[in-house]
Amino acid sequence: FYSLVAAGPHLTNSPTVIVMVGLPARGKTYISKKLTRYLNWIGVPTKVFNVGEYRREAVKCYRSYDFFRSDNEEAMRIRKQCALVALSDVKSYLSVEGGQIAVFDATNTTRERRDMILEFAKENAFKVFFIESICDDPNVVATNIMEVKLSSPDYKDCNNTDALQDFMKRIQCYKAMYQPLDPDNYDKDTSFIKVIDVGRRFFVNKVQDYIQSKIVYYLMNIHIQPRAIYLCRHGESEYNLKGRIGGDSGLSPRGKKFAIALARFVEDQNLKNLKVWTSQLKRSIQTAEALKAPYEQWKVLNEIDAGVCEDMTYEEIGETYPEEYALRDQDKYYYRYPTGESYQDLVQRLEPAIMELERQENVLVVCHQAVMRCLLAYFLDKSADEMPYLKCPLHTVLKLTPVAYGCKVESIYLNVEAVNTHRERSEDSKKGPSPLMRRNSVTPLTSPEPTKKLRINSFDEHTASTSGVLPVCMVSEVSPPLPGQVRLGVFSSLASTKGI
Amino acid sequence: MATSPRELTQNPLKKIWMPCNNGLPEKHTSQRKVCMTNCPTLIVMVGLPARGKTYISKKLTRYLNWIGVPTKEFNVGQYRRNFVKTYKSFEFFLPDNEEGLKIRKQCALTALNDVRQYLGVEGGHVAVFDATNATRERRDIILKFAEMNGYKVFFVESVCEDPEIIGANIVQVKLCSPDYMNCNNDEAVEDFMKRIECYKNSYQTLDEVLDKDLSFIKIMDVGRRYLVNQVLDHIQSRIVYYLMNIHITPRSIYLCRHGESELNLKGRIGGDSGLSLRGKEFARCLGKFIKEQNINDLKVWTSQMKRTIQTAEALSVPYEQWKVLNEIDAGVCEEMTYEEIQEHYPLEFALRDQDKYRYRYPKGESYEDLVQRLEPVIMELERQENVLVICHQAIMRCLLAYFLDKSAGANAKILLPFRVSVNVCINITLTCVV
Repeated sequence: FYSLVAAGPHLTNSPTVIVMVGLPARGKTYISKKLTRYLNWIGVPTKVFNVGEYRREAVKCYRSYDFFRSDNEEAMRIRKQCALVALSDVKSYLSVEGGQIAVFDATNTTRERRDMILEFAKENAFKVFFIESICDDPNVVATNIMEVKLSSPDYKDCNNTDALQDFMKRIQCYKAMYQPLDPDNYDKDTSFIKVIDVGRRFFVNKVQDYIQSKIVYYLMNIHIQPRAIYLCRHGESEYNLKGRIGGDSGLSPRGKKFAIALARFVEDQNLKNLKVWTSQLKRSIQTAEALKAPYEQWKVLNEIDAGVCEDMTYEEIGETYPEEYALRDQDKYYYRYPTGESYQDLVQRLEPAIMELERQENVLVVCHQAVMRCLLAYFLDKSADEMPYLKCPLHTVLKLTPVAYGCKVESIYLNVEAVNTHRERSEDSKKGPSPLMRRNSVTPLTSPEPTKKLRINSFDEHTASTSGVLPVCMVSEVSPPLPGQVRLGVFSSLASTKGI
Repeated sequence: MATSPRELTQNPLKKIWMPCNNGLPEKHTSQRKVCMTNCPTLIVMVGLPARGKTYISKKLTRYLNWIGVPTKEFNVGQYRRNFVKTYKSFEFFLPDNEEGLKIRKQCALTALNDVRQYLGVEGGHVAVFDATNATRERRDIILKFAEMNGYKVFFVESVCEDPEIIGANIVQVKLCSPDYMNCNNDEAVEDFMKRIECYKNSYQTLDEVLDKDLSFIKIMDVGRRYLVNQVLDHIQSRIVYYLMNIHITPRSIYLCRHGESELNLKGRIGGDSGLSLRGKEFARCLGKFIKEQNINDLKVWTSQMKRTIQTAEALSVPYEQWKVLNEIDAGVCEEMTYEEIQEHYPLEFALRDQDKYRYRYPKGESYEDLVQRLEPVIMELERQENVLVICHQAIMRCLLAYFLDKSAGANAKILLPFRVSVNVCINITLTCVV
């Protein structure tokens, strides 16, 4: 919703630091990225700070799990330093750069580390919400390692078996020191959610506000079952042929052919249990009818309401409402048709559909151009600026499959001709964020690129008040291991500062 | 082999497209929007007396019905009161009172029978079984019953050891219970405390390990924390979300319409006109009224239509604009008078009178659509404390229907007290009535 100040300063919600907790290969980064993508799509500026990436920047070349041994003082120092630099970037993002939520993605498995973060947050008046992922199912852990760890830069010079072995030992390094969140005593006043066994069970403690409540709801609805989401538009409609927008016309003859081709395509996909969703507009329902399968009609999937411009051609709009026409080209995301909607409104109305898509498994959504762009922007992490120009041609199915941390997209044209309804970005269109952008309005942002540069020269600035001064770490230059060889690293021990 | 798609016809009332045969609609499953429940669900409350089970049952039932899921609660205590005409003392509940145990079990079974009737024959989707259900034995009986009938089961347990909260519950709802109508307050409290003791020894709380295959939510200390296990489907997920957003902190919700608008004066519906002179006067009075109420930390919400925003402006406080609070979209009838609608669209006019709740204006909305779009508002109202919502007639009816637990039919007919004048603000202070 949109906040307006009538008088007095705007009361902003404090920024929030979401702190991930858990052993390696428990899905922390998966959750971090997915949650960030969701929050940005609903318009809450969010960014992930992955401490592992900071570590990779600092220690150019990963040798072995020995780096993670709890008695490796040199490494402990480096790791703590990385965490501090990351926190410093968090502070900058939330205080200066306009971020609302920072996701601090690291193991954070000890009380000492979490207390340090809580202290940091308190100093900066940030709220803290912990997300702990607990999983002891060896199958899940092994699959995680296969899917995302083996291809990590850490193991680019290893074969899979060696990498797996090393990673398992890495996990062991953390296990002895792991202090899970304790709701009964130590952590009873902390806000957190424990996600247990990939969502089989949840423990939720002290949810403080609206955004934490939404985060909990989201986390409780996502799953990791393999599945595919198919997005397509209705078949070509009579209005499409006439170049008219909106309305509720039926399919053209080519549109009907597409519906039949879609039915054949769906059959060939050979899916068990496909849910089919349509809007409540005739053209999408007619398309689904050809599938001869049950379908659900969702009003929220209806095409964007063009208000006074409904049923018009773009030429007619240009003639009748020249200012509106120009305004729309200037800023297509925010532009709201008179008595109609904007893409921004669409995102808000589509949120329940996204939530239900997350809950479901195989789904085919037969919708409309603007709606499909909004949904696609969510899955592919596209910003508000890009969304209105995503290509969603008629008679083409987009198949989305979750893979690793993101989504694979395949475009399948079903070989039935149709008119092209895509309009490219015009010359007058702004390419940057609109000055209309307001806090807490629904403005999807692409998840920002991770900040991972460890600034060697400014170590002193990054010490948290509780940690004292840390000496500069030196990592001895050793030639990288030969392929297949996991070299046991040797780190020179420096002054004995206790760090994590 | 796929053939040409079936012809469609549009239901004239709801404006929903359905396949048809020779112009007549065919029976078609899954026409509605999201099908929230595929098989009936039995929600089973669990907890010692005075832990808020009935409060939760009633509230949850009210919410589910409002969002369109036919739900009914079955309070076993009520069955017991009907059977054992007069309540004498806590001794009825002693664990070794065999007569008492027999009666109580019989009441539970009768209630379950009514549940089966409701979910089977009467078309209910969710039944809330409100009793202590504090032992595994009792819960196993219920699980077997559900399995036999093909119902999903979801347990809602309320655990609370805070003596202040329990004390407050007893004072608020137990003392006025029919059980204690012949007692003075002190006697009633004493008896009730002993009643709770009767249950304590045999109480088996839902356990992460022993009950790991059951679907449940355990609410601890009035929502301070939750344990959620094995949520199976959409409706259970919605129930969990709802339960996690409600609270019992005393607060007030103020609902009112915008001040009288220019279009109101002309008898025209919809549109986006500004306030009339009298409307502006109302806004000023509202401002004064709100100041006098001296409300702690009041949130003010408006729609994105000029007339509500102008009204809020007169309050000189920050407010939030919600597009979902906009008045019902009258589609092709926007800005018309009712006379004009009757003239230009006589069929539509008649259809609307037939079923005002489900009737959707051509290219517009129905009250049913409104409920769907207002659900996030209700959810946020539950989370908030003191809120003033400045909205519109149809919107206000929907919101009031939620708070006053009016059925869908009554929803659209709620006669807002200010049909003629718009200067009334309704204050809802939420209390639990058992």
